[in-house]
Amino acid sequence: MISSRLLSGDLPRSRVLAVLLLAILAGLLLTPFAFPGAKALNVAAKICVFIVLVSSFDLLLGYTGIVSFAHTMFFGIGAYGVAIALNRMGPTWTGVAVGVAAALLLSLVLSLLIGLFSLRVKAMFYAMITLAVATAFQTFASQLSEFTGGEDGLTFKVPELLSPGFSLSEQPFLGVSLDGRLIAFYLLVAVTLVLFLLMLRIVNSPFGRVLQAIRENAFRAEALGYRTVVYRTYSNVLSAGFATLAGALLALWLRYNGPDTSLSFEIMIDILLMVVIGGMGTLYGSVIGATLFILVQNYLQDLMKLASEGMSKVPLVRDLLHPDRWLLWLGILFVLSVYRFPTGIVGKLRVKARAKA
Amino acid sequence: MNPATPSIPALDALPTVRPDRIPLLLLPVLALVAIPLTGSFSTWVTLTFAGLAMGMIIFIIASGLTLVFGLMDVLNFGHGVFITLGAFLATTVLGRMTGWTESESLARNLLAVLPAMAAAMVVAGGVGLAFERLIIRPVYGQPLKQIMITMGGMIVGVELIKVIWGAQAIPLPLPAAFRGSLLFGDAAVEKYRLISVVVGLCVFAVMFWVLSRTKVGLLIRAGVQDREMVESLGYRIGRLFIGVFVAGSALAGLGGVMWGLYQQTVTPEMGGQINVLLFIVIIIGGMGSVGGCFIGSLLVGLMANYVGFLAPKVALFSNILLMVIVLMWRPEGLYPMGKR
Repeated sequence: MISSRLLSGDLPRSRVLAVLLLAILAGLLLTPFAFPGAKALNVAAKICVFIVLVSSFDLLLGYTGIVSFAHTMFFGIGAYGVAIALNRMGPTWTGVAVGVAAALLLSLVLSLLIGLFSLRVKAMFYAMITLAVATAFQTFASQLSEFTGGEDGLTFKVPELLSPGFSLSEQPFLGVSLDGRLIAFYLLVAVTLVLFLLMLRIVNSPFGRVLQAIRENAFRAEALGYRTVVYRTYSNVLSAGFATLAGALLALWLRYNGPDTSLSFEIMIDILLMVVIGGMGTLYGSVIGATLFILVQNYLQDLMKLASEGMSKVPLVRDLLHPDRWLLWLGILFVLSVYRFPTGIVGKLRVKARAKA
Repeated sequence: MNPATPSIPALDALPTVRPDRIPLLLLPVLALVAIPLTGSFSTWVTLTFAGLAMGMIIFIIASGLTLVFGLMDVLNFGHGVFITLGAFLATTVLGRMTGWTESESLARNLLAVLPAMAAAMVVAGGVGLAFERLIIRPVYGQPLKQIMITMGGMIVGVELIKVIWGAQAIPLPLPAAFRGSLLFGDAAVEKYRLISVVVGLCVFAVMFWVLSRTKVGLLIRAGVQDREMVESLGYRIGRLFIGVFVAGSALAGLGGVMWGLYQQTVTPEMGGQINVLLFIVIIIGGMGSVGGCFIGSLLVGLMANYVGFLAPKVALFSNILLMVIVLMWRPEGLYPMGKR
């Protein structure tokens, strides 16, 4: 009962999926204890940030059926908001609050403007216009080097509680020192969980149903009396807001922000791949997609290195398996998923569960 | 009593559409406005030629994109991959022929560049055929999937290019006779820019001739206007579309060679970077209109060079600003194509 309420009545509806989701949650919670080392912790933190970011993109793409290429722009605004505020105001919580608030405000205004101007047009045009705007914004951010640090980006200090120097107790707990990094990590996991459940609440509300109706048939939704432009704009603004928060989380964790970490078009491609491979139109897909993608990004390369060395006698295969070509294989998986299983991994799992029942 | 001879309206009284020439004026207007801003006349000449050359190359690349969209409502977000492919092929072909490219004789240089261009067009066209089959055909009429899958095609394509040629930038030096510049009074005009303008004009002329004087061209124009009507008259629009797609890919390959020579380096990301400019151009021109695409390309090329000289920081914004202004004047682009 309680779990159903927490998940807004949107249960995984597949035993395998439920197990996977629980495993991801447990894995994230236990990372500092089970997998020692900075790399594992960084990967887990990145998974958290991207769960929020990809879910917010799914709100737009999977639930409302809008393709936007400006999503990393809002992600970047969030990250730069925190980075600039903490850089100028020093490592205080007021700085964090001011940065997040200013970033949210800017994202709100921008997403509202883009939405009102261009959500009336066809999907194609919207995709093109957001692509142009996002590219311009990226150039803009690196040109304004006085504020943003240009191509080099900004390094800054976070509030004392979250910084590595802070320590909760002298004694390590289960072999892990209780420092600010650990607090920052659990804060990140908690915020991710709250934001995710909040988005789950939104997409399962009557408002979320209208968004899905627009995705399925905009004309019919309009005929039923819903102003599709208004709902699309709401969806745009909401998803921009969540992306901004994800950006703020990223900056707080990394204590650094630059164009390549939060604004680049590569990240846009990555989240598109995550959403589609995981499964569009269900937020659980974003969790699965983000986790899978980031694990692959960080660990497949090691595997490919082994395979590539094993194949070092065969020229073409060796190059295809080169560790830097991991995106090739994910790209092929992406193309295949778009037309072989458009509902992604989660959709597949649910269909299987239904066939069994 | 009816009159014995009913009056038949004369044929020449049929309403004809007057060609819309106002957008053509934009080019001289933009160029004239730039004269006082750039300060000296010779700088202006140099910039104008640079802009025209860049615009011509963009036109060569973008023309296929806009026609493909006009014909089938297919917007290929992966168009950039053909540009990259063309440019990398040129590095291979010209790299093998350094003896010819380093020679001072123009004829030998041309004998090296022309095969490079031909190879780029043939390979890009062939890859285009496969791209259409594998990537685009399964998702006709589904815009959302189309955007995503063409994007996916581009990711895979760029990664494959990296597999073949490596991920780093490759220099693509101009052949010896193309280097340097000609002096017109005080104004220096780079030779290669002149060549680009000539090649661009040739492509435009051939395309214009095909579209307006041949039967295939007639069918393509009719298909852009009303696809179903052409089909109901018994023509297979699908085949026409494949032809246009392959031709568009081949032109993108040619454009890639020219863009690579213009930049003198080739990177795997170059196609993706031009994509944004291409979209701006075809939106400005009116989706599906080749004439509009031509004017849009030249406007974007000129704008990029003037603004790049006057205020380098806002160069990319200037093109978006240009798009916004054009769309405020004509919301569907310079030459709107009917049904949309």
